[in-house]
Amino acid sequence: MTATVKKEAAAEPAVKRRRHTWWQLLGKDRFAAVAAVVLGLVVLTAVLGPWLIGDRAVRQDLRASLQPPSFDHGFFGLLGTDVLGRSVLARLVEAAGTTLSVAVPAVLCSLVIGSAIGMWAGYHGGWRESLAMRVADVILSFPSLLLAVVVLYVFAPSAANIVLILAFARIPIYLRTARAESAELRTRLFVDAARTFGTKSWPTIYRHLLPIVLPTLLTVATLDFCFVMLSESSLSFLGIGIQPPDVSWGLMVAQGRQYLQTAWWIAVLPGVAIVLTTVSATILAAWARLAGDPAQRWRLTAAKRRRGAVAGVTA
Amino acid sequence: MITFLRRRIVSSAIPLVFVVLGVFVLARLTGDPVNLYLPLSATEEQRAEFAAAHGFDQSILAQLWDYLGQVVRLDFGESLRTGQPAGEMVLTAFPATLQLAAVTMLIAIVGAVLIGSLAAYRPNSLADRVASFLSMTAASIPDFWFAIMGVLVFGVSLDLLPTSGVDGGAEVWVLPIATLLIRPFGVLVQVVRGAMVGALSAPYVKVARSKGASEKRVVFGHALRNATMPALTVAGDLTIGLVNGAVVVETIFGWPGIGKLMIDSILQRDFAVLQAAVLLTAVTIFVLNIVIDICYALIDARVRQPVAA
Repeated sequence: MTATVKKEAAAEPAVKRRRHTWWQLLGKDRFAAVAAVVLGLVVLTAVLGPWLIGDRAVRQDLRASLQPPSFDHGFFGLLGTDVLGRSVLARLVEAAGTTLSVAVPAVLCSLVIGSAIGMWAGYHGGWRESLAMRVADVILSFPSLLLAVVVLYVFAPSAANIVLILAFARIPIYLRTARAESAELRTRLFVDAARTFGTKSWPTIYRHLLPIVLPTLLTVATLDFCFVMLSESSLSFLGIGIQPPDVSWGLMVAQGRQYLQTAWWIAVLPGVAIVLTTVSATILAAWARLAGDPAQRWRLTAAKRRRGAVAGVTA
Repeated sequence: MITFLRRRIVSSAIPLVFVVLGVFVLARLTGDPVNLYLPLSATEEQRAEFAAAHGFDQSILAQLWDYLGQVVRLDFGESLRTGQPAGEMVLTAFPATLQLAAVTMLIAIVGAVLIGSLAAYRPNSLADRVASFLSMTAASIPDFWFAIMGVLVFGVSLDLLPTSGVDGGAEVWVLPIATLLIRPFGVLVQVVRGAMVGALSAPYVKVARSKGASEKRVVFGHALRNATMPALTVAGDLTIGLVNGAVVVETIFGWPGIGKLMIDSILQRDFAVLQAAVLLTAVTIFVLNIVIDICYALIDARVRQPVAA
């Protein structure tokens, strides 16, 4: 018992020298590091924000209507006010929570369902594979917004319905990725070995396929987070997404649109928030693709040594 | 070739069947379709009369049969807003969207091939990094916000371009197409670049160079031809996704296309028009998928061979 512990302790520094930790790899790519910080801040704002701002996102003050961004009106007047005198900053914070509470569950749902079906189909092959792929084709060949439009017509546009639609529309993305990778792993020796020892299909998938497929799936999920967020904003902008008095970034752009000539900040700032978040997610996904691929990882470490190049961008 | 096409037509038709049935099911999912078509203020007698007139009192199979007959005859009933036949309204709006989409995809493909090839020609060069960063940003900007920024800068501040409408010369096209273009363009540049990096390091490129072929011929003759397949796949998906963009762009710029028609029908609960518009879009995508398959077969001889099962 003690011998094994000692052995592990001795082995640890060797492992560290051979491969970089995630933190170190992130530090190698300045763009990706900034992107990670931005995303972290957005999440932090979404979680802590509502507690910090109180009711300022809905508190009206008609005397302070359409104030431009300035330092004269305290912290919450920093980014100006909308037509009802509500603080744009407070609304941005509130909207961050709404936007994430739609995008994150939608991505997680499609990730879990899509990957499970994909790995199951890829592992078994045959009719299960054909069936899963055909279903994925059917879903993918239909524009997601059109699906949302029809479903939200019949059912009321609510956050839960939007999550369901977006999750459903994005399942094929994970399904295809997971299937392709599992189909290739299926014939590998360690999977054969597990099968020979009588391991059932789901434990095999969980223990032997998932750890290998997961990094790719997470990369796809990071990139897809962008897509889901943009879809939610588009729906909200068009008036069939998040409904007032709730507020999301897309909805804020829509509300600010009619004051474009007099109060540009109402429509411009939420858009900046969306762009910052989605671009960060894209950059982070590009970095994750490099860092998660053992054959590509040298690009992160080598580029830094050569000229401090931004490896993430050239992914 | 014929076998290949027949198989592809059958598999592309499956989504179409799903859409046709899906619209039927959705229209009845809410319980009483009468509520869907009639305004809330309708009286009991009006409701009963409406149900009888449209066959909603019959069995579900009989209703499905009637519905399929209507779809085949392009008879979707009348619009609640205008009283015009819904099918006619949709067909009038359709060309405007088609023009917008066709011009956008043409610019996106030509531009992405040029810029993507340029970026891939010297990986990690300054041009490559700038192109990669810009294309990544372009693919993550919300299109509706981009459109509004375009209106703000070029329409309001500089007063150079019209902010909505289709009357006028080339200038009315600039903002809608630019808005519709950014996402497909950004994604395509990345795909072309990735495929070209792979193709340019392939052995056949080395062979072509050692034969003394010009660089132009090596890049556009040899490498690009092989990088076309992944780009074509993505371009097809992006064209389908263009429907999403068209809805947004047409709403913002008042473009009288099918996307604006769809949103207007939703906001005013005009189910007949929505149904017709959704079905027409599905048919268009069906045709598009087949056109893409034909392109595949023309470019790559391997696709034409029937796959041995």
